[in-house]
Amino acid sequence: MWFVKNMITRKNLMALTGLFLAFFLIIHLLGNLQLLLPDEVAREQYNWYSHLLAGNIVIEIIAIVLYACILLHLADAIYLTIRGRKVSGNYRLDKRARASTWYSRNMMFLGAVIFAFLVIHFKDFWYQYKFGTLPLDEKGHKDLYTLVVTAFGQLWYVIVYIIAIIALGYHMLHGVFSAHRTLGLYHPVYNRIVRTAGVVFSVAMTFGYAVIPIVIYIKQPL
Amino acid sequence: MDIVLKIWRQKDQDSTGKLETYTLEEVNPDMSFLEMLDTLNHNLVKQGERAIEFDHDCREGICGQCGMMIDGIAHGPLKHTTTCQLHMRSFCDGQTIQIEPFRAEAFPVIRDLKVDRSAFDRIIASGGYVSVDTGQAPEANSIPIAHHDAEAAFDAAVCIGCGACVASCKNASASLFTAAKISQMTRLPQGREEAGTRVTRMVRQMESEDFGHCTNTEACEVECPQAISVLHIARMNYEYNRAGIFFNKA
Repeated sequence: MWFVKNMITRKNLMALTGLFLAFFLIIHLLGNLQLLLPDEVAREQYNWYSHLLAGNIVIEIIAIVLYACILLHLADAIYLTIRGRKVSGNYRLDKRARASTWYSRNMMFLGAVIFAFLVIHFKDFWYQYKFGTLPLDEKGHKDLYTLVVTAFGQLWYVIVYIIAIIALGYHMLHGVFSAHRTLGLYHPVYNRIVRTAGVVFSVAMTFGYAVIPIVIYIKQPL
Repeated sequence: MDIVLKIWRQKDQDSTGKLETYTLEEVNPDMSFLEMLDTLNHNLVKQGERAIEFDHDCREGICGQCGMMIDGIAHGPLKHTTTCQLHMRSFCDGQTIQIEPFRAEAFPVIRDLKVDRSAFDRIIASGGYVSVDTGQAPEANSIPIAHHDAEAAFDAAVCIGCGACVASCKNASASLFTAAKISQMTRLPQGREEAGTRVTRMVRQMESEDFGHCTNTEACEVECPQAISVLHIARMNYEYNRAGIFFNKA
């Protein structure tokens, strides 16, 4: 990281890692939508699915690439943000905000919210599954389903998730099209397509991820 | 109309500046913004004070000299306008107007509202040209150029180098300026030949001048007096990446 001084190269790295993370969101969402199946089917199927992923060498490799992407994306963002702050002017009266969207100017803040969420997300599910002692279900798979459903039974936990998912939505609303620009997609027609696709993708992901905790919270027996 | 002005006064590059308040009475609404400053300077000189220094040249919106931050926006409240083309009718009677210089690490303040934009010149000098043999001027029509290519090159070439893009950018990025200069040549067959070398050299120079990176907020296009498209930045990235991938940096 430290040896890449060039900013367009750094932005390329940011764009590529970001696009990979966005692609991962689709797979992650599709897998987790199994949580919304009818209770008993969901438990068995979700635990089986988690077991399948955990024991697969290909998935392990993809997971390592994923962690690397998160760290590179983060390190690059911190470096570029600090440099940007250092070289930009400090106006006494600043109304420059009129010319751009708030989320495009606050990608670092939105990213920080997402990162804070990731820490919670990893600690409560990933760490518990990998290193914690989870009870087994009837099929002998670790019972991740019950852990997830119990967590989403708490209102504050659902609210934390919704806030993080909205932050993620806005982050991608700017990020997806910005990544294509960075990588050099300059034709106006393709730009319009990517911009629209980026909005559709961000809205779909936000809605898809928000639905899971909300539905589980509502479905729980009182 | 009467107005109150809060203007950045700074003696030289090393001193710390501050905002000073002036009142100006009986301002003609049809005055340009610079004429209003001329009037204020006239009054200041009569009172034995140092005149407020600001850059200006053509006063018809094509030279790119008159850059300043008016009420927190580059070239003032009107979109796609230079400061000289802004008139006092865009302000209200009794309004307080705050004027600051363009601020960026790469644009040090020389005095008051005057900034050093020679970093732009060095970017151009690093590769913003087409190498041709000197001698007799060649026949203009010997290389056919499609009308839309000529127009697209001209759309980029209208950049007046005022620096509003840098001033409006949250990262003080000179990407729009550099990209416009790259695009104007790359779109034409004469400039196409050196595209890889040019983009590499100009981007390197831009980055060594302490300009920031582009985060595609698109604020620069909104405030650009010539409304130059941010898609030129994407083209610059494309050319830069292409030169890197095909080792075409020379």
